[in-house]
Amino acid sequence: MNSKAKLLGAAALVALALPGSAIADTADKRIALSNNYAGNSWRQAMLESWSKVGGKAVADGVAAAADAFTTSENQATEQAAQIQNMILQGYDAIVVNAASPTALNGAIKEACDAGITVVSFDGIVTEPCAWRIAVDFKEMGRQQVEYLASRLPDGGNLLEIRGLAGVFVDDEIHAGIEQGVKEFPKFKIVGSVHGDWAQDVAQKAVAGILPSLPDLAGVVTQGGDGYGAAQAIKAAGRETPIIVMGNRQDEMKWWASARDENGYETLSLSIAPGVGTLAFWVAQQILDGAEVPKDLTVPFLKVTQDTLDETLASTPVGSVANVEYSLEDAKAVIAGAK
Amino acid sequence: MSSRYRILLPVLSLAVLLAAVFYLQPRAMSYFGLNLLFNLAIPIALATIAQMMVIMVNDIDLSIGTFVSFVACVTATFLNEAPLLGAAILLASILAYAAIGALIHLRQLPAIVVTLGMSFVWGGLAVLLLPSPGGTSPAWIRAVMTVKPPLVPMAVVACLLIAGLTHLLIMRSATGTLLRAVGGNAQAVARSGWSVTGLKAGAYALAGFFGVLSGICLVGLTTSADANIALRYTLLSIAGVILGGGEFTGGRVSPVGAVIGALTLALAGSFLSFMRLSPDWQIGAQGAILILVLAVRLLFSRHGKKWRVANNG
Repeated sequence: MNSKAKLLGAAALVALALPGSAIADTADKRIALSNNYAGNSWRQAMLESWSKVGGKAVADGVAAAADAFTTSENQATEQAAQIQNMILQGYDAIVVNAASPTALNGAIKEACDAGITVVSFDGIVTEPCAWRIAVDFKEMGRQQVEYLASRLPDGGNLLEIRGLAGVFVDDEIHAGIEQGVKEFPKFKIVGSVHGDWAQDVAQKAVAGILPSLPDLAGVVTQGGDGYGAAQAIKAAGRETPIIVMGNRQDEMKWWASARDENGYETLSLSIAPGVGTLAFWVAQQILDGAEVPKDLTVPFLKVTQDTLDETLASTPVGSVANVEYSLEDAKAVIAGAK
Repeated sequence: MSSRYRILLPVLSLAVLLAAVFYLQPRAMSYFGLNLLFNLAIPIALATIAQMMVIMVNDIDLSIGTFVSFVACVTATFLNEAPLLGAAILLASILAYAAIGALIHLRQLPAIVVTLGMSFVWGGLAVLLLPSPGGTSPAWIRAVMTVKPPLVPMAVVACLLIAGLTHLLIMRSATGTLLRAVGGNAQAVARSGWSVTGLKAGAYALAGFFGVLSGICLVGLTTSADANIALRYTLLSIAGVILGGGEFTGGRVSPVGAVIGALTLALAGSFLSFMRLSPDWQIGAQGAILILVLAVRLLFSRHGKKWRVANNG
């Protein structure tokens, strides 16, 4: 009995020590972030999350360095040079938000050949030796229509606000919305404008198309355009339809005030800029020797009627709702992809 | 006297930067390190040579960045799938460059406006070819760009080759002398019976040729293309020519200097990145390095002039 208890105790000790030893394995590893652009609130929040989570990981002894680099210009050739510099600096892992899905492949291959782990996220790369943490933008579009269908069983007319023409993300979300409309055929897209993910552009574009549109039941968006659409519809003296929001602070603020006024209900969804920290933990896990599939999918951040106040309170003015991922989140995403 | 300074200064600035990079990052001081440091400078060097051809005849080319992007798209699509058709397109684009040169001279149009217009044409064609990034580099180009010669890395060999061959072509051959003369004194060239139109077309064709080489090399390094891949090259190439001792007028250019200028610019970026300088300051710092080198050059050339005047008097 006594010896059994001792054995159990020893087993418990080993179990306790194991995660510790797993962490120690990456204590001397240096991880770098290669970023191509820092000129909007999303990227600023991304860099802030990275330095917060990375800094803490370094302080806790999980990694030796978590340095962030941003190219001075948003150009693939600049970023390729930046990645080659990182190889020279001897980083063990490079986390990339890429300027181009293909134009960095040569530099990334060089990094892989030098034994460096490369994890791309948000702006992912096609080079097979790199890991990809992709966003299911299509699903993001489809879920908007699904939500509207749950609110409006009878369907109705929809206005679609698209992003920047010619950008991959815009095509994907649009395809998802089309798929959603096919799935719920009671909805009909009666108009489509490009809001370029900016409130002022969206407001002008919506104001321009409104006079030609019938009554609207809902507005499907891509994020960064919901507040502008609400302003334009209000200015035209129309009744406010259900506008799906995109987690921007101004959008949530407008939503909260509309809710307090007349019980307005909607849904808000977008990608959290903290996805960079998920990539950080995935890189750490790969360095630690974990089996990680090459293609992972990030969950998107949804704000609902219930979580609105909480999210709004924690989002700085002019920024976007964010969440920082932990090691456990990364493990869950990895496990989910297997 | 000043022509000797012309090449001395770019060499000196490159040496200083290289020493600083080696000090900051000793790992760069190896076969592997030098290749990583300089391989992306090869297409920049070729684009700079292309720009130099145009600057040599007193014009300026604002379309070289989009042209290289266009060539990169052709290389990653047609040249890979249908090599003959791809080569024909690239040949046609060189002829187009020659035609633009002739047009600029015949109609006495400002090159800055015509090439700015052409930049939209090339950019548009590139987007038509590759609406979304992709394509694949032909295997032989990839093999050439990743070749590992003994002792000296490919990037250094390529730069020496480019500098050497263009030096022979522009500074030593009869055609090169004529081309520089067009920039120096076009009227004199015309009066001695040469066709300035033909020569200008030739200079532009050379620019197109080196632009094509630049795009092909770029795809060899990146393995695939993107319609916006080389937009930065327009300004980089102009800066490279001037940094390398060239001047905007008078047919005063230096091919060796242009290659060194391109290398210096590429190295300046790495240097600032190794310094851990915040990206907000990097563009400014790159500009500061440029102004510094040009200021030193101005000082030298003034000094040289005074010296010469004193000697003659």
